[in-house]
Order: sequence, then C-alpha cells, then structure tokens
Amino acid sequence: MDNEYAIEMRNITKKFPGIIANDNITLQLKKGEIHALLGENGAGKSTLMSVLFGLYQPEEGSIYKYGKEVKINDPNDANDLGIGMVHQHFKLVQCFTVLDNIILGVETTKNGILQKAEARKKVQELSDKYGLKVDTEAKIEDITVGMQQRTEILKMLYRDNEILIFDEPTAVLTPGEIDELMAIMKGLAKEGKSILFISHKLNEIMEVADRCTVLRRGKYIGTVEVKNTTKEELSKMMVGRDVEFEVTKTEAKPGDVVLSVEGMTVASSLHHNNAVKNVSFKVRHGEIVCIAGIDGNGQTELVYGLSGLEPLVSGKITLSGKDITNASIRERSKSGMSHIPEDRHKHGLVLDYPLSYNMVLQRYFEDQFSTKAGFLKKGAINEYSDRLIEEYDVRSGQGSATKARSMSGGNQQKAIIARELDKNPDLLLAVQPTRGLDVGAIEFVHKQLVAQRDKGHAVLLVSLELEEVLSVSDRILVMYEGEIVGEFDPKTTSREELGLYMSGAKRMEVKV
Amino acid sequence: MKKKQLGILAIPEVQTIVSSLLCILVGLVIGYIVLLIINPAGATEAIITVLKNYFNYPSGPAIMKYLGNTLVKTAPLLMCALSIQFCYKTGLFNIGAAGQYVAGAGASLFLALQLGMPWYVCLIASGLAGAALAFIVGVLKAYANVNEVISGIMLNWIGLYTVNMLLTGVKETASPYTVTIASTNPTALLPNMGLDKLFTNNKYVTIAIPLAIITAIVIWVILNKTVFGYELQATGFNKDAAKYSGMKEKKNIILTLVIGGALAGFGAGFLYLTGYEQWSVTQSAVPDMGFNGIAATFLGGLHPIGTIFASYFIQHITSGGAYLDKNIYPSQISDLISAIIIYLCGFVLFFKLFLNKRIRQRVENANAAKEGGEKK
Repeated sequence: MDNEYAIEMRNITKKFPGIIANDNITLQLKKGEIHALLGENGAGKSTLMSVLFGLYQPEEGSIYKYGKEVKINDPNDANDLGIGMVHQHFKLVQCFTVLDNIILGVETTKNGILQKAEARKKVQELSDKYGLKVDTEAKIEDITVGMQQRTEILKMLYRDNEILIFDEPTAVLTPGEIDELMAIMKGLAKEGKSILFISHKLNEIMEVADRCTVLRRGKYIGTVEVKNTTKEELSKMMVGRDVEFEVTKTEAKPGDVVLSVEGMTVASSLHHNNAVKNVSFKVRHGEIVCIAGIDGNGQTELVYGLSGLEPLVSGKITLSGKDITNASIRERSKSGMSHIPEDRHKHGLVLDYPLSYNMVLQRYFEDQFSTKAGFLKKGAINEYSDRLIEEYDVRSGQGSATKARSMSGGNQQKAIIARELDKNPDLLLAVQPTRGLDVGAIEFVHKQLVAQRDKGHAVLLVSLELEEVLSVSDRILVMYEGEIVGEFDPKTTSREELGLYMSGAKRMEVKV
Repeated sequence: MKKKQLGILAIPEVQTIVSSLLCILVGLVIGYIVLLIINPAGATEAIITVLKNYFNYPSGPAIMKYLGNTLVKTAPLLMCALSIQFCYKTGLFNIGAAGQYVAGAGASLFLALQLGMPWYVCLIASGLAGAALAFIVGVLKAYANVNEVISGIMLNWIGLYTVNMLLTGVKETASPYTVTIASTNPTALLPNMGLDKLFTNNKYVTIAIPLAIITAIVIWVILNKTVFGYELQATGFNKDAAKYSGMKEKKNIILTLVIGGALAGFGAGFLYLTGYEQWSVTQSAVPDMGFNGIAATFLGGLHPIGTIFASYFIQHITSGGAYLDKNIYPSQISDLISAIIIYLCGFVLFFKLFLNKRIRQRVENANAAKEGGEKK
C-alpha cells in the first residue's frame, strides 16, 4: 500500500525513571515537505529524534516508512533507512578537507586504495544540483561555519539520505547565511527530500516550514499547517500561555560613564593573533549596551578581558572612575562588577556543590557568610540562598540542598542571575544570558536586564541573537574580527543592516 | 525531606558503609576462591587465619600486644590515605604520596640517626620533607599543567634513591638496614604517654596512633566547615568556576598538594620514629604504604572518619596474611589476598553509583506520583 508519509512515528512513548520524556507522540513527515518540530527545552524533541535514530527504544509506539513498519535498533539502521541529521554541533574532522569529511566512513576503495576522483565527481554533482557551494579541497578549520554546515548537508546527500533532520541549524549562522540555508532547504524539499526542522525560532518556522508539530513537556500538542497559523498561536501552543515577544521598556536615560574601555587588546587562546584588537567604548548608567556579532569574533575574549579572566595585552579599563586594568577578578567583583558568564557549566556554577554554596560563590568570604576564624556560616548561607530562590523563583528538587548538576538549564541560569543581580552591581556583564533557554525563561531574563537598567545600573550585553539585540538594547556595537566596526541605535537600524556589518561587508569609524 | 519514605539507604553515609562492606565481602570471596584454586585443602582455614590476625594468639595479653602492632602500622596508612583523600577532594590524584612518604622516612631517620635530633624535630622534618616533594608536583601542575600523576610517580623514584643514598651513612655494617633508633638516639623515639601499657607493654604503641586519628578529624573539619575547604573543593570540582569567582586557583592547587605531602610525610615519621621498622637502603621498590593509602581512602568512602576504619581493616588483613601456613601457601599469598581485597575496594564508588541510581528512580517515581496527584 502506498503511503504519503516518508516517516511516521506513531504513538511513541518513551519513559525514563520517573519522567515520561515522550508521551504518546505522533509525528508524520510527508514526502517532500519541510516539517518543523517545535518545543521548549525539555519538551522531548531530542528524545523523539533519538528514538528515530535508534539510540533509544520506545516503550510503546512504532515507526513506519511509507506505511511499512520498520525497526530501528541503532544509528546504522537509521542510516540504512536513509535518515540523516545535521547536528547542532557539527561532527567534522577539523584537519580533514571537505571532501574527506564527506566520504568519511563510506569511502570508495579499489584494492584498499582510496578512489577520491569518483567521490569528488559525485560531490560536485550534488553541490551543483542543490546549490551547496563548497570548496572540496579546503580544510574544515579554514572555512566558514556556513560552509561547514553545507559540508554536513552534503554528507547526508552523499549517503543518499532522503529524510534529513536539521537540529537548530541557524544558531551559528549570520543573517545572510540563514537566508541561504532557508533557500537550500526549500530546494531540497522540492527535489523530494523530506526535512525535519527542529527549532524554537518562530520566525524561521513561519518562513520555511509547511507544517509544524508542537511538543510541550513530553506531550503532543498538535500539528498545524504553517500557512494557517501565526507566531503568537505557535508560541502559545509551545509554552501553554501567551508570551510577550516585545520587551516593554521605557526610554533609556543614560547617566555618567560606568565602564570605560580604551584601546583594549586581548590575546586569543586559540591562535597567535589577538582576539580583541584595540577596542574602545563606554557604558553609562541606565543603559543597555549590546555587543552584537557572529560567534567567534572576539566577544568571548572581550568579556574575559573585562572580567579579569584573561590579562590584557594593552589598553585600559576604568570602572566607576577606578582603574581596574590590572585588578584581580575578586577586586573587580568587589568594585561593582557582576558577570553572567557565557558558559554556565564551565564558569558559572560548581555543579557538584549544592545550590546554596553556588549562591554565595562570589561572596562566601564576606563577613555575613564566614567567621573571622575562617569557618563557614552555613545557617546564614542557607537563609540567603532560600531568599534568592524565593525572589527569583529558582525551581529545584530540594531547595538550597539540591546539587546544581541536577537542576534544569533554565533554573541554573536563574540561579546565576539571582546571584549576580543580588550583588547590586554598577555594571552587569551578561554574556548570552538566554542561550539554550526556552521562551518563558527568556522573557524572565530580559525583564531582569531591563529592571537592572531602570534601577540606574549599566548593562553590557553580549548576544548572538539579533532578535534579542534589537529588542533589549539601547545601543548596539557590532564586533567583527576583534574590532568594533559599527555603532547603531536599535530603533533606526535593521537586521539586514546589522548583518552587513557583522559579516564584515561594511564598517564605519566608531567614535567613543 | 523524603528520607523517611526511602528508608535509611538514602542517607549518603549509610550508602557508603553498605558499599564498603559489600566490597570487603566480594574481596574476601574472590580471595577465598584463589586460595581454593591453589590448594583446596587449607583454604577455609587460611582465610580464617587472615581474618583472625592477632586473634590467632591464644592469650589475652598476646592478642592485645599484636593488636598494638597492627595499630602501629595503621597510623601511617591512615596518614597516606588522608593525603590522597585531601588532594582527591580538590580534584588532584596524589599518587606521589608514596614518594612523599619515602621523603618523610628519609628526613626523620636522617635527623634521628645522623644528627641526633629529638623526636619532635624529626617528626616536623618528616612532614616538611613530604611537603617539599609535593610542592614540586604542585608548582608543575599549577604553572605548567603537568599531570600530577606523571610528575608524582617520577618523583617517587627520585625520592627513593635519594633517601637510600642519604641513609647509607647510618646503616648497620652487616645488614642493609639502618641502625636502630633505640640504640643510637632514644630521644628520637616518639613518646608512649602510657599507651604501651594498654597493649601489654608494646613499646611501639606511641602518640602516633591518636595523632593520626586527630588528623583525620581535623581534615574532616577543614573540608566541611571552613572557607578554606570550600575554596579547595570548589577548585577541585571546577577550576574554571573557582577562577571566575576570584579564587586563586593556582595557589590552591599548590597548597593542596603541599598539605597532602605533609600528611604523607608525617605518616612515615609516625612509623619510623616508633622504631618498629628499619629502613633498608638497598630496597628498590617504593614502599606500598602510599599506594595502599589509595585503597584505604576509597574503601573509606572518601570520608576522613570512614577512612580511619578502612585503614584499620586493610592493615588488619595485611598483618593477618603473615600468619598463613607457609608450607601450604607460598609466602606471597598473603600479599596477593590483601591485594585482591584492596583492589576491590575501588568498587566502592561503583556500588554507590548503583545504589544511588536505584534510589533516584524511587524518588522520581514518588515525585511523579505526587505531581500527578496534585495537578492544578
């Protein structure tokens, strides 16, 4: 019997100890369509995909390909069925060429010798057919993220996969590259490939997808035709309530300069060049300044330099009139700097410590939390932690005693935000504070940033999300290859304009 | 909060104890099987002999005396275990404890026999020598990111041969052993403070034993109650987060190893300054005290107090092995049996993991049931 569904997952239930990750979920992917899978973190998207890839066996439900039941026991089975995936973090060998990466694992050999010419021809054909421009002989480490992603797509096509899964593919791309990817996906669908597009970016889903399946807390909420729905409706399905997309805030009233950076240069830990080159800017009381840019253009090192995690090669940093260029991390913290770090697991939390210990990570040495003899005041620490948990609505299994490791990403982030904001800092460094958070949590973080500004404090936000940059900030600085290449007013600029500067196509002189 | 409904198994301390006992049991069973393979006839008697240790003696006073001997060797083992544990809590694997122990032995014996120093100077020197050796490991780790296992093991050997060389000047003419402290410089012997009376006048029973136990308690307090312990453990769990929060992570790494080294060094002082053992200047193997410390600390559930008991147990079976009938079993069998048990001590963490998994399942099931019940 002919069936229009390229892949059908019927009534999938996957349980983990104490939690139902997928509760009776049905996903029907038509041949030649782009089907979006939408849901917050923890909604069960990854579990569902892992079931499709044979990494997990569901307790109930079954998978059909064109109406015929199939059994997927491991990723090899999935591959045999023509299912391929572009992971969020690419799985490429950095020092291999594009071609080597594409044929890796399915090499054509003759008497044990690689036959690359044949492979190159096939890759070239695929590349032309779908408009996937790559330089087959370039090494992965030398090419752009966009081209790396196209390499990943070619990898799937080279293996003759017809069901293509894209896991949050746009997170690492520039606006221009996103447009290109959307065009490529449409082209692939037109050629009869079936695409599953995992995302929580509503704009992209509205633009490219034909249908959209929404999951919430492991449950199937529904599948809608994208052309018959709206962003608001989708977000309501995803979150279960109305969400404010627009960050409501009043006009900024910038006051005196809090942070002044002059000619800052920071070395890179990855290569021999400087990651931040002679950067100067100011942040004032009562404003949110946002550093926009594509990942890897020196934002991380800029923050390391400001927070004291890395020493400066040259330049001067002044915080509230005090020269902190050579100050230690602790002195900076005591001088009124708070830092929501980019990587909450690496820097932000001691995951094996209980929440209470993490809440005082920046102030355990203060008199209120330790005695002069060097003993911890556990009672005071717990009380303080309980208060922050209450105030910032941090949810955890056993309150202050919960190990940070066992908390959800959103609540870990809330704990860090609570800790950093409660220091009442003059300057808040917030680096990608909404990374990996769901819509509801993002709303919370944005409100906190604006509240901080309204209290008259300065906020320096580093973000890779243009939506966030445009909606939250009062002033935008664009960073490209370690330099500030443009300053913009969010009310008068556009995604497109920022994109040109972020990709290095345009630049302007920025006066401090 | 949910401890009641889960029973006592949910208490981490209980889990540790249960896992440790399981390890011991499995170790004994496997040891027994090995004995059966070698010679089935005497196996049951042999394993009982090992477990009985000093109870192999018929009279009460003799039992007490040999219990004393086991305790004398438990003290240095406990110190080595604490050294490894202290460093382990801050994310460092101080396998160099064996070498730091050697350094401590060398320093204390050299000061006692060559320079004629009193016991307290010798004891302090043993700690300092261990600390000095560990300091090298710490600096290399903090500033050059040299793995502490590699540099520790290499220093073990440098330490051993340096000490052999150093003590050649004070060895007996007819044997490779150092001269006895009792005959050369009795002021260097650790005081008994009357403890010897409790153990049928076992003169080797000294203040070393209570000092080792007090050290264990102090280590527990430092790790759990002080700012210093908070910083050290934060550095151990997550070096980057420690740096982010303004801790001096390099200083902490060095300090941790220095303290660990001092503990191991003191351990050697605790043994050699009793006069119980003499150093053989021709030995070509690092004494296994430092390595057994690894087993003791894991068997003790990485808890200073648990480690007191674990150290005692390991020393108990090691000493007990000496009573095996050498006509039936080769003399190495006692080492083999204790080695098997010690080896299995590493499984404590595995058993704990298993227990925890079971418990987490039950908690989550209970929570899920509860949430389902009070759904708004």
